Amino acid sequence: MNPVNYLYLAALLFTIGASGVLIRRNAIVVFMCIELMLNACNLTLVAFSRMHGNLDGQIIAFFTMVVAAAEVVIGLAIIVSLFRSRHSASVDDASLMKL
Amino acid sequence: MENLIALLVAAPLLGAAVLLCGGRRLDRAGHWIGTVLAAASFVVGVVLFTDMLGKGAEDRALHQKLFSWIPVEGFQADVAFQLDQLSMTFVLLITGVGTLIHIYSIGYMEHDERRRRFFGYLNLFLAAMLILVIADNYLLLYVGWEGVGLASYLLIGFWQHKPSAATAAKKAFLVNRVGDMGLSIAIMLMFTTFGTFAFGPVLEATGETSEGKLTAIGLMLLLAACGKSAQVPLQSWLGDAMEGPTPVSALIHAATMVTAGVYLIVRSGAIFNAAPDAQLVVVVVGAVTLLFGAIVGCAKDDIKKALAGSTMSQIGYMILAAGLGPIGYVFAIMHLVTHGFFKAGLFLGAGSVMHGMNDEVDMRKYGGLRKFMPVTFVTFGLGYLAIIGFPGLSGFFSKDKIIEAAFAKGGTEGWILGAVTLLGAAITAFYMTRVMLMTFFGEKRWQPDAGGHEPHPHESPKSMTIPMIVLAFGSVFAGGFFSIGDRFLHWLEPVTGHDHGHAPVSATTVTAATMVVLVIGVAIAWAMYGRRPVPAVAPRGSLLTRAARRDLLQDDFNHVVLVRGGEHLTRSLVYVDHTLVDGVVNGTAASMGGLSGRLRKLQNGYARSYAVSMFGGAAVLIAATLLMRAV
Repeated sequence: MNPVNYLYLAALLFTIGASGVLIRRNAIVVFMCIELMLNACNLTLVAFSRMHGNLDGQIIAFFTMVVAAAEVVIGLAIIVSLFRSRHSASVDDASLMKL
Repeated sequence: MENLIALLVAAPLLGAAVLLCGGRRLDRAGHWIGTVLAAASFVVGVVLFTDMLGKGAEDRALHQKLFSWIPVEGFQADVAFQLDQLSMTFVLLITGVGTLIHIYSIGYMEHDERRRRFFGYLNLFLAAMLILVIADNYLLLYVGWEGVGLASYLLIGFWQHKPSAATAAKKAFLVNRVGDMGLSIAIMLMFTTFGTFAFGPVLEATGETSEGKLTAIGLMLLLAACGKSAQVPLQSWLGDAMEGPTPVSALIHAATMVTAGVYLIVRSGAIFNAAPDAQLVVVVVGAVTLLFGAIVGCAKDDIKKALAGSTMSQIGYMILAAGLGPIGYVFAIMHLVTHGFFKAGLFLGAGSVMHGMNDEVDMRKYGGLRKFMPVTFVTFGLGYLAIIGFPGLSGFFSKDKIIEAAFAKGGTEGWILGAVTLLGAAITAFYMTRVMLMTFFGEKRWQPDAGGHEPHPHESPKSMTIPMIVLAFGSVFAGGFFSIGDRFLHWLEPVTGHDHGHAPVSATTVTAATMVVLVIGVAIAWAMYGRRPVPAVAPRGSLLTRAARRDLLQDDFNHVVLVRGGEHLTRSLVYVDHTLVDGVVNGTAASMGGLSGRLRKLQNGYARSYAVSMFGGAAVLIAATLLMRAV
C-alpha cells in the first residue's frame, strides 16, 4: 500500500481535531480533539519512519504517547476541578482571563 | 612693605569675624573693636602711603601675591593685591572716611541694641571694599564687588523690622545683581579673549584685540558700573537705600561703595580708550544720570532722599568724566575723593539733624535749626558750599575741572557735554540751597507728633560732631590741596594717563560760566524757599515736580516694562507650555492609550479564539515557508 495514504489520513484526522478544538465548547470534547491531533501527528511520524526505513519516527511517537498520557492526567484534573467549581464543562464559561 | 597690603584687608575682616561670630558677650565692647580695627587699617594705609611718596613715580606700585586661588592649567586665579596710586587713593578714602563714620556710629547707634552687629557689618563692608580696590585681577575684584553688595544689603535692611527697609534692601540687591551679571560676563569675555583676567596682561593686550570685543567688554563693565553706582538705567535702588541707618548712607551710599563703578571704569581705562563706542555710551549714561539725579534731588522733601539724588548726580559727573577718556580720568577720581568728603559730611549732618529731631526726615518739618545745632549747621554749611562749587572749596576745583574736561572733549560733543555739566551745576546749586534753606533757615515748622512729644532739637554728642568737623575740613581744603600745583594730576598720571584735550574756550571762561550758573541756581532757590515761608505741607506742584517726587517715574517704568513685561512673558511661556509642550506629550500618551484600548479587545478570555490565532499563525508560517521554497 502506498504510504502516502497514511499521510492523507493523518491530515484528515488533524483537521478534524483542529476543527473540534475551534468549534466545540465542551472541554472534554476539546480535550479529545487535542488527543486526536496528537495521534494524527503520531501517524505521520510512523508513516515517515516507514517511508524512510529507519526507526527514529517510531521512537518519537512513543515519546509523544508518554507526554500525551501525562497531559491527560493533568488536563482531566483541571477539567474536573473546573466542573466542580463552575458546574459546567464549557470552555467559554471559563473566560475570566480578560480585561 | 608689600606684606603690609594684606594687613589692610585683614584688620576689618578680623573685626567682622569677631563681631559677627562673637555673640552677645561682645555687645559692650563691639563698637570699640570695630572702630579700632578700622582705624588700624587706616594707619596701615597711611604707612604705605608715606612709603609710596618716598619713591619715584614709576616704581610706586606694590604687588603682593597671597596664594594661588584656583590653579588649574590654563586658568590661573590668584589672590594677589596690587597697590598703585589709584588704589592708594581709594584705600585712604575708604579707611579714612570709614574710620570717621565708625566713630560717628558709636554715638548715632548708641540706643540700638544690635550695635555690635552693625559694626560687624561695617567692618565687613570695609574689608570687601578694600579687596575691590586693591585686587590685582578682575576675578578678585569681583569677590570684593559681591562683598560690598552683600554688606550694602545687610546694612540697608539693618532695621529689618520695618517692612520698607527690608523691601529696600531686597530691591538694592536685585538691581545690583543685574549689574553684577554684567561684570561676570565681562570677566568671562576677558578670559576667552585674553586668556587671563589679571589687570596687567589684560590692559596691555588691548592693542591687539578687535574693537568689537573690546566694545562688548566695555559695555558689560559699564552695566556693572551702572548697577553699583546707581546710574541710569539701574538707578532705582539708591533712593530706597536711604532706609538704612544714616552712617551707612554716608559711607556706603555716598562716599565709597557707589563710586566703585567709577573705579572700575578708570581702572579699565585701556579697554575703554580702545573702544570709542563704549566710551560714548559711558558719557551718555553719565550725562543722563547727572541731570536725572539733580532733578530728583530738587523735588524730594525727605532730606536723605534729596541727598541721594545729589549723590546720583555727582556720580553722574564722575562717570561722565571717566567716559571722556584720558582727559577726564584724573578729574573723575579727584571729584570722587572730594565728593567722598563733602557728601559724607552732608549725610552725617543729615543724620545729626535727624538725631535731634526724633528721626524726622521731612525737611518741611524742620526750619530754623541753625540756632539749635550750630556745629551741625556750620559743618553741613561747609559741605553745602563745597558741593555747589563755591570758589575755593573742594567741589569748586574738582567740578570745575570736569566741566573744563567736558568742553575739552572737542567738537559738538564737547559743547553738548559742557552745557549739560553746566546745567547740572546750576541744578546742584538750586537743590542744595533748597535743602540748606528748608533745614536750617526760616521759621520752625515742627509739630508735636501723634504721641504729643514735641521734638527738642539739640546738638549731637561729640562722637558725632568730631567726624563731621574733620570731614568739613576735607570739604574745604581737599580740592585746593589737590589742585594747587596739579598735585593730584601728577600723582595719578602714571596710572591713568592724561591728555589736555582741545579746549574751545579758556579755563577762565568756563570758571566764570560756572560761577554765573551757580549764582542763578542759588538765587532761584532763595527766591522760592528763602524769601517766603516754606509750606509745611507740600503743595501739589507742577507735572515735573510730581514726576520728580516719584523719582521721575523710574519705579513706574520698571513696573510697566520689566514687571508687567516679565509677567506677560511668563504667561505666554506658560501658555506655550500648556498648549504646545503638554499637547505633544499628552497627545502621544492619549494615542498610545487609544491604540492599546483597541488592542486590548483582542484579549477576550475565550481559549478558542486564542486557538484560532495560534492556528492562523501556524498556517501563515507554513504558507510562508512553502512559498519561500517554491520561489
